[in-house]
Amino acid sequence: MTVDELERERARPAGMGPVGWLRWGWRTLTSMKTALILLFLFALASVPGSLVPQRSVEPDKVVQLFQNSPTLAEWYDRFQLFDVFTSAWFAAIYLLLFTSLIGCVLPRTATYVRELRRRPPAAPRNLSRLPHFSRLDDPLTVEEAAGRLRGLRFRVEVGDGWVAAEKGYLRETGNLLFHVSLLGLLVAIGFGSLYGYRGNVLVVEGDGFANTVAAYDRFIPGNQVSAESLEPFSFTLTDFQATYQVEGAKRGQELDYSAFMKVNDAPGAPTRDYTLKVNEPLEVNGTQTYLLGHGYAPVFKVTDGKGQVAFEGPVPCLIESKPTLTSGCVVKVPDAQPSQLGFLLRFLPTGDGAGASLFPGALNPQVQLLGAFSGDLGVRSGRPQSVYELAPPEVMRKLTPLVMGTGQAPLAVGGSIDLPKGTGKLEFTGVKEWMTLQIAYDPGRLPALVAAGTAVVAIALSLMIRRRRVWVRVKDGVAEVGGLTRTEGSAAGFTEEFADIVKVLSAGGKDAR
Amino acid sequence: MPAEQQLAGVSDLFVVAAVLLYLAAMIGFALELAFGRSKADSAAVPARQPVGAGVGSAGGSSDVPAEVASEPVVEPPAWARKAGWAAMALGWLGWAANLAAIVTRGLAVDRWPWGNMYEFVVAICFAAVTAFLGTQLRQNVRFLGAFVMVTAALGLGFAVKVLYTAAGPVVPALNSYWVAIHVTAAILASGLFIVAGVSGILYLIRGDGMSRLPSRADLERAAHRAIVFAFPVWTFAVIAGALWADKAWGRYWGWDPKEVWAFITWVAYAAYLHARVTAGWRGRAATIVQLLAFGCLLFNLVGVNMFISGLHSYADVSG
Ligand code: HEM
Repeated sequence: MTVDELERERARPAGMGPVGWLRWGWRTLTSMKTALILLFLFALASVPGSLVPQRSVEPDKVVQLFQNSPTLAEWYDRFQLFDVFTSAWFAAIYLLLFTSLIGCVLPRTATYVRELRRRPPAAPRNLSRLPHFSRLDDPLTVEEAAGRLRGLRFRVEVGDGWVAAEKGYLRETGNLLFHVSLLGLLVAIGFGSLYGYRGNVLVVEGDGFANTVAAYDRFIPGNQVSAESLEPFSFTLTDFQATYQVEGAKRGQELDYSAFMKVNDAPGAPTRDYTLKVNEPLEVNGTQTYLLGHGYAPVFKVTDGKGQVAFEGPVPCLIESKPTLTSGCVVKVPDAQPSQLGFLLRFLPTGDGAGASLFPGALNPQVQLLGAFSGDLGVRSGRPQSVYELAPPEVMRKLTPLVMGTGQAPLAVGGSIDLPKGTGKLEFTGVKEWMTLQIAYDPGRLPALVAAGTAVVAIALSLMIRRRRVWVRVKDGVAEVGGLTRTEGSAAGFTEEFADIVKVLSAGGKDAR
Repeated sequence: MPAEQQLAGVSDLFVVAAVLLYLAAMIGFALELAFGRSKADSAAVPARQPVGAGVGSAGGSSDVPAEVASEPVVEPPAWARKAGWAAMALGWLGWAANLAAIVTRGLAVDRWPWGNMYEFVVAICFAAVTAFLGTQLRQNVRFLGAFVMVTAALGLGFAVKVLYTAAGPVVPALNSYWVAIHVTAAILASGLFIVAGVSGILYLIRGDGMSRLPSRADLERAAHRAIVFAFPVWTFAVIAGALWADKAWGRYWGWDPKEVWAFITWVAYAAYLHARVTAGWRGRAATIVQLLAFGCLLFNLVGVNMFISGLHSYADVSG
């Protein structure tokens, strides 16, 4: 079937009723031209998704844009440009495209099934008018020709003085299967996003995680996910190790990192050891845990003005410079008396003694105090706060600075700083590492893989196989062979095949095969 | 590790050798084209064989319509053909040098030699030349030679001048057998798409009269053949990428900029395949679609790596 056949008679009849209009609309929607235009729109519509930051990919950049240029951000938001791939207009395009696809595939499948049952059509009267033609030197009977063509795995029909043969039906099978598997892929992705979830969490060495909604730093559930449906596994991070290139131009580049964990697949289940690495997720009953990143969490002890230990523990620091893992840390001590304390620090994995880090590995860990403040941090105001920011600017302005600037000498592990006027003391007692994880459950994964795999195989079949017909006419002992490909653009390759077919037909019994 | 550094140096030399050989081959191909016979544009004329001509042969460039073939033709000088053959030999030598550059680089870094953009572009140039030489083994596409060679030489030059990265290890996420699967497929497909893109550009440059450039039918056929092979490979590369992302990042598809553009490229080439069989879009319009798709491919390779940050920012381009 050629596309021209599909396109035929699409003209709109005059004076249509509503049914006529519907029919015309459906035909237009399912025409190749509409499909083509929808394909273009589909591609075009994804472009802003790579230029405008996406909420699902870089939420912090979206927040930043709202702060820096609120008007622009509002307009972007109005057109759902921060959520291109879940936006109404994007959905409209692909739903139309897939409707068009269904409307296209259904009638083609029907035609195809009918064609499969049909025999190859009778030989044309004059074979020499075909694009490929040859006259054999040796005599050949109709039966011989049919037999040899069957040997070449043609579907053969024999008539009075002629043989018709056809081959390459898999092409259309592949094409239909390809389009159907695209539909399958869409369904699988949709299913996965309804019934799946994913979330992120940061875990420090020594700490644990239990898979409950509350334990996540960020949790993105599908519409149909309930809190109880989360796989009840848990683990603790016993040790984290990273190795780095120590010499050459790429000194400091990460070579490998591993998280050593103790995992409980379910409450009460025996504990097992697991080493989590990049590219090697932990799987518990279809829920995958992935290692995304890592950094340092120096351990601090803060003694307040009354001599009480008001804070003690690791503080995950935000990476400021990737090549050296120089990180920024924020320590909030809302329990300090008589007034709350807050610290801004810089962590240097391999301090050079002058406030810079030379290497990402913790060879000579140091922290440098950049600022210490007292006053109400606003932690208990009930408003959400970032753990990586001491306080919002309006609160910062009301704090009393105790220490400011980069003049402080960096502390090594075990070092401490006394705050002025007996307001407290900060001790740097050790170094731990943190890792960030993504935990994901997606029941559409496997179906999507099956659909995608089918699509690849099917499109290869559809593009590589050509549909071809060969006819033989025998008249007065002289055999003529004509051939035709029914696939556009593949005439060149068929020339050689046709020559081979002619050879097999004429060689016959003499041929070794 | 001086032995490895030496190997890396050898690899760099092989790249330079490949550039020079490709340029020499280009000159040979260009001479053959320039002093060869000019041909009419047969795109508009259906390729139909003369009646009763024994085994029909529509191969390569022989489908010059009868009216044109009967015009008086000036036979090209014999050395024009010889220049063509010399160019083929030089092209194969350049190919070997390009291959040697990749192999020595791989030995020097002890991993798959496509871990950063420099290595990736060197490999893509190799794939493009391989696609051209491989096609040439089965079907005469020498008319593309000059243009493929100059593209490969420019690509390698760009890699050396702009993208060069010293031999070394890659970040842990890239230390995976998925590099072998996903990136190799992407390289293969890109090489084929380059051949198609070169044909497409020539198609648009060529007017519809007599010209020394190959006929539009030939160009269109060469482009289509390359894309027919490349499209399933690209589809596979994208899916393998999704599988890898599923292992490495915890989701198989997340609309990362690289993923977005791989998808756009895929849709655009699918649009080309549809345009080719849609009434009113064949020929010129389909070729323009093909080149748009090619533009998306290039943007994904160069633009996304250099200007847009994302999870794929392993490209390791300085500056
Ligand atoms: C998700 C959208 C679609 C994609 C990615 C897609 C992709 C493809 C590809 C790659 C081919 C192979 C072309 C060839 O055989 O040369 C193809 C063929 C075809 N497609 Fe689609 N397609 C889509 C939607 C549609 C729709 C909506 C229609 C119906 C209007 C359609 C109708 C066809 C037809 C008739 C062919 C056969 C062309 C031939 O005989 O060579 N496609 N499609």
